[in-house]
Amino acid sequence: MMEAIRVEKLTKVFDEVIAVNQISFDVAQGELFGLLGPNGAGKTTTINILATLLKPTSGRAWVAGHDILTERNEVRRSIGIVFQEPALDIKLTGRENLEFHAMMYGYSRAERQARIREVLSLVDLEDKADLLVEKYSGGMKRRLEIARGLIHQPRVLFLDEPTLGLDAQTRRHIWDYIKRLNEEKKVTIILTTHYMEEADYLCERVAIMDQGVFVALDKPNKLKDLLGGDVISLEIENKGESLTEKLKSLAWVKSLTYSDGFLSLTTEMGEKKIPEIINLARQEGAAVKSVYLHKPSLEDVFLHFTGRSIRDDVASERKGPPHAHRRSWRHR
Amino acid sequence: MISWTAVYVLWLREMKRFLRARSRLIGSLAMPVFFMAFLGLGLNRMYLPGMGQNIGYLSFIVPGIIGMSLLFSSTISGLSDLWDREFGFLKEIMVAPVSRLSIVLGRVAGGASVVMLQALLILFLSLFFGFKIPGLFPLGQALLFMILISLTFLGLGLIFASLMKDMQGFSLVMNFVIFPLFFLSGALYPIQNLPRAVRFLAYLDPLSYGIDGLRWSLLQISLFPWYFDLAFMVIFCLFMLSLGAFLFEKVESAV
Repeated sequence: MMEAIRVEKLTKVFDEVIAVNQISFDVAQGELFGLLGPNGAGKTTTINILATLLKPTSGRAWVAGHDILTERNEVRRSIGIVFQEPALDIKLTGRENLEFHAMMYGYSRAERQARIREVLSLVDLEDKADLLVEKYSGGMKRRLEIARGLIHQPRVLFLDEPTLGLDAQTRRHIWDYIKRLNEEKKVTIILTTHYMEEADYLCERVAIMDQGVFVALDKPNKLKDLLGGDVISLEIENKGESLTEKLKSLAWVKSLTYSDGFLSLTTEMGEKKIPEIINLARQEGAAVKSVYLHKPSLEDVFLHFTGRSIRDDVASERKGPPHAHRRSWRHR
Repeated sequence: MISWTAVYVLWLREMKRFLRARSRLIGSLAMPVFFMAFLGLGLNRMYLPGMGQNIGYLSFIVPGIIGMSLLFSSTISGLSDLWDREFGFLKEIMVAPVSRLSIVLGRVAGGASVVMLQALLILFLSLFFGFKIPGLFPLGQALLFMILISLTFLGLGLIFASLMKDMQGFSLVMNFVIFPLFFLSGALYPIQNLPRAVRFLAYLDPLSYGIDGLRWSLLQISLFPWYFDLAFMVIFCLFMLSLGAFLFEKVESAV
């Protein structure tokens, strides 16, 4: 089997709530794959099933070629995992946390020292290794956990919300570590996130998950292309109609609407087309008062597929029953 | 099946944590010392039927206080598993390729070592209040009973940890299980003074036999013959540990 992960009709039901509903997907060796969705979409459940912490209600899955139901120990040997909540012993030093982990996986003393040195340098924690973890910042803890997940040289690394609760700058750093890991060590990485920018920046392919199912799965760019490309909006004085006619005849304009001085068109590589449009407008004697370029984000993709914004869910969780909120969006 | 490295790692972790947390150690010694100082010394001239002649109340309750410390620390150590599994280090160990049994053994070994060290410290401190250890052999016998008590209640803690979903049941267990077990055990008075119905409950309490065994070892007074105490404690201990390990295994593989 060539895939790092193969999932067939995986389903998990908790007390009649369907957390994961018949999902199927493959992840190639060395791929950086993202599960994107709001809280409660079923991302963590999926990860926990693949990491053998939960048993699926039905369906099958293989991780690094091993069946998650019948070859649990082989699966555990080939994976590393970083949980959403930190799972470190804060009364031990960073090095001790790593050391104990390496011992669990049966490494000899010499091997342990070599492995610990390597993973510490990978996450730049060499000089903090002998501090108690309770003295670590949030970002350092996360880095230590990533390091720990890598000690036993897993073929697949699961990262459950790797940057949750970290500030923007730390998040950037963690992203760089993840990217480097994937590129240099060729580790297959599956990460869950509800940050659009994170999935967009890191992942080669993204599965958009909502209420237990995949609503879309593709490369981030492909997903955005589904929305028809960039949108350029212009405010125009005089001769708007003739400019519209001119633009309509151009091959790169996918669609165009004009009304009352406001022109809106969709195209690819919008930023490169703006000068051309301005030139055309000058030739036609039309005056451009303002230009606005909107590049579609995964946020738009999510909105497109689910009919609501990913952030609404985050907000609605605080305000009240999420279902009421969801409905009101659906009916619009 | 059993990964001894995993057992060793979990034991070592427990020891390191214990040696670093000085305040926890002092906290765990405070209550037993207060019992000896205030209850023991204050009531030292009191005599209760069944207490044995010329012992003094302080010496009578020293085995009881050691039993109390073992009971509380062991159960809490077993219960803390739940916390650790949910939020800590143990969660990560659950995905390591080691058997659940190794994890249980490691936790029990670590917990028992810590609890035994605390109990030995209390025994040592009791010497300053006038307690006398009759000799090395009796001390060895007492150690055996102490180990059995600590393993029994570590098992009990594990059972509760596996049955509970979160730490909210903690105070229930403390108030409705641990405190009754302590008061019924005869740690503070001879249980033959209890009314018949309550005495029956005391006979169901594993700690009664543990403390009786300790008194036999250290004071040469006991309600039951020593082999009776020993046999009961071994049975309780094996039962609690097996049930604890069994439930732990079940819960972990399902969740």
